[in-house]
Amino acid sequence: MPLEILKTLSDETFKKKVMEISGENFHKCYQCGTCSGSCPMAEHITVLPRRVMAFLQLGNREKLEQSNTPWTCASCHTCQVRCPRGIDIPKVMEALRLLQLRRNINQIEPSSISKKEIVDLPQIAMVSGFRKLTS
Amino acid sequence: MKISYYPGCTLKTKAKNLERSALACFDALGIEYEELPRWNCCGAVYSLADDDLIHIIAPVRDLIRVKERGLDTVMTLCSMCYNTLARANELMKNNEEKRYTINTFMDEEPDYAGEVRVVHFLDYLRDEIGWDKLKEKIKVPLNDLKVAPYYGCTLLRPREVALDRPDKPTVIRTFLETLGAIVVDFPSATVCCGSYQVLGNPEAALKVSHGILDDAVKNGAEALALACPLCDYNLGFRQDAILNSFTDAKEIPVYYFTQLMAVALGIDPAVSHFELNRESSLQLLRDKKLISGAAS
Amino acid sequence: MSSTEVAVKTEIKARLIPVYIMGKKYEVPETLTIMKAIEYAGYKYIRGCGCRGGVCGACSTVYRKPGDYKIHVGLACQTVVEPDMYLTQIPFYPALRGTYDFTELTGKPEEIFEIYPELFRCVACNACTKVCPMDVQVMDYIAALKQGDIQKAAELSFDCIQCGLCASRCMGELPQYHIAQLARRISGAYLTPRAEHLKTMVANIETGRFNEGLDKLKAMDENTLKKTYQEREMEPATAGEDWAPKDNQYL
Repeated sequence: MPLEILKTLSDETFKKKVMEISGENFHKCYQCGTCSGSCPMAEHITVLPRRVMAFLQLGNREKLEQSNTPWTCASCHTCQVRCPRGIDIPKVMEALRLLQLRRNINQIEPSSISKKEIVDLPQIAMVSGFRKLTS
Repeated sequence: MKISYYPGCTLKTKAKNLERSALACFDALGIEYEELPRWNCCGAVYSLADDDLIHIIAPVRDLIRVKERGLDTVMTLCSMCYNTLARANELMKNNEEKRYTINTFMDEEPDYAGEVRVVHFLDYLRDEIGWDKLKEKIKVPLNDLKVAPYYGCTLLRPREVALDRPDKPTVIRTFLETLGAIVVDFPSATVCCGSYQVLGNPEAALKVSHGILDDAVKNGAEALALACPLCDYNLGFRQDAILNSFTDAKEIPVYYFTQLMAVALGIDPAVSHFELNRESSLQLLRDKKLISGAAS
Repeated sequence: MSSTEVAVKTEIKARLIPVYIMGKKYEVPETLTIMKAIEYAGYKYIRGCGCRGGVCGACSTVYRKPGDYKIHVGLACQTVVEPDMYLTQIPFYPALRGTYDFTELTGKPEEIFEIYPELFRCVACNACTKVCPMDVQVMDYIAALKQGDIQKAAELSFDCIQCGLCASRCMGELPQYHIAQLARRISGAYLTPRAEHLKTMVANIETGRFNEGLDKLKAMDENTLKKTYQEREMEPATAGEDWAPKDNQYL
């Protein structure tokens, strides 16, 4: 019975899309939590990477779309080098970002960054920030 | 053999202190190099999506320029450029299908299949120059200077382009030892500084950076040595914000590894543009009698 | 030879070829430029046409040829029609132009970053350079600006005619041609070295050294002025380096 309920809630199209963009099979995840324990942003994200994997397995699009996790991930790859299942978690985060960015929705607006900040920022920060956070 | 040198955008402005000190070291070590002609921004971060190739065009274009010059090695100083170029190179070497698509898309450029080798100055020092040879050239050993080696992310992760063991790197440690410094290991040496989240989530980035600096200070470091202009921004430039936001925060000078090398090689400190570092950086070197008073 | 005969001969000379203007087929003489062909087909220009001399950038045109995937570009006033070309003119392409007080700028690259932060969205796809009808290396000048090299960008973009085709093809949604214009303005006003001899001359003028001579000229009637002009001392074509005018009171 519980399995059946989950199945009806699972957004299979969403799951497939994330798999397609990331090229990663999140079903390999066995929920050890090494990623969450390694994440430098752990205290700033609403859904830890282990739970991101779990929600993906369950196809829970809503939970993932409400989370700030992909937008706070710095692509540091610590989880990636430590994952015992060899899942490239940063790629999954990228897929979650792109699902929004590809609808032409920006996470940050380059034109609203204060002039003072732009004067201080190194080019590398803007290039990388715009790549990850603008469509 | 001559190597191609890829600077990266930030090294021409905010991180001039990284470039200028490194170029002076190249000369001191007899490294023959030429700056890559017509280089473009590498994109700073490697695209992680499996179906996205357009963001890989930029680094591949740079690699094609190297090949066009007839050189087989391209060296970077910035760790983000290193990572992006090296990952793009791996893709072009190993993924036949994507290589074909990228080459076909860039119909105005010659084909590329990963013929060039991408190195960072650190692994070039370790593998090509050798620590022994570097040691011979030291004129001002960094005696008594307690430096924490900070690696950040992009020199070590992912594994396919890591220049050292991702979990227990030693390259900057050995480098600093060779310069004569007292190396202070600290657990946060490979923790991310917050990177581009300085735009997306600046408060989180600030806190992460604070944690790293705090860890270094608590382990007895007097300074930090690093290789990335974005790390330098988060840990060096934004230290003022960190000092303002966290009452327990302590000032700690941050250097590019090349600036410390330039000091040890006896290169005029004016070359290394210490005015772009924190003010305390030059003071610490003076206090340790590693440079004379006048330079800035 | 009668006038009708001449007309017939002209018609035979110019063979008609098919071209597709905005998707509709027209038969036009093969010797015409795209602009003339469009007019020949019956269109009347009220926009998208300026100097007719390949300078103003108002008539940028994109076209394709059968069996060729590439986008071709040209200025309608300069490009001759080809059989079966599919073309349309893009007289204007919207691109955000930054607002700035030029007198407040000093020539630092950060000032351009402030006005056009989208500069950093370039992915080096090179579509801009490929589409430029003036063969400007657009991607290269954007790369130079990202590196903070305003002078290089100004030099590389010198031939830009502001047609906007680069912006129309840009993946990063950059207004390249406006950014380049700012770079050239900054280059001209703040970065290019001032000529020292000009400075000395301006200072000289400001001392009033030449006022007397000018006043004298201004007071002359037209005929005297003409005569003075015609009789002025001129440097001979064969004069050597050491030549100097007899009247050297203003030197």
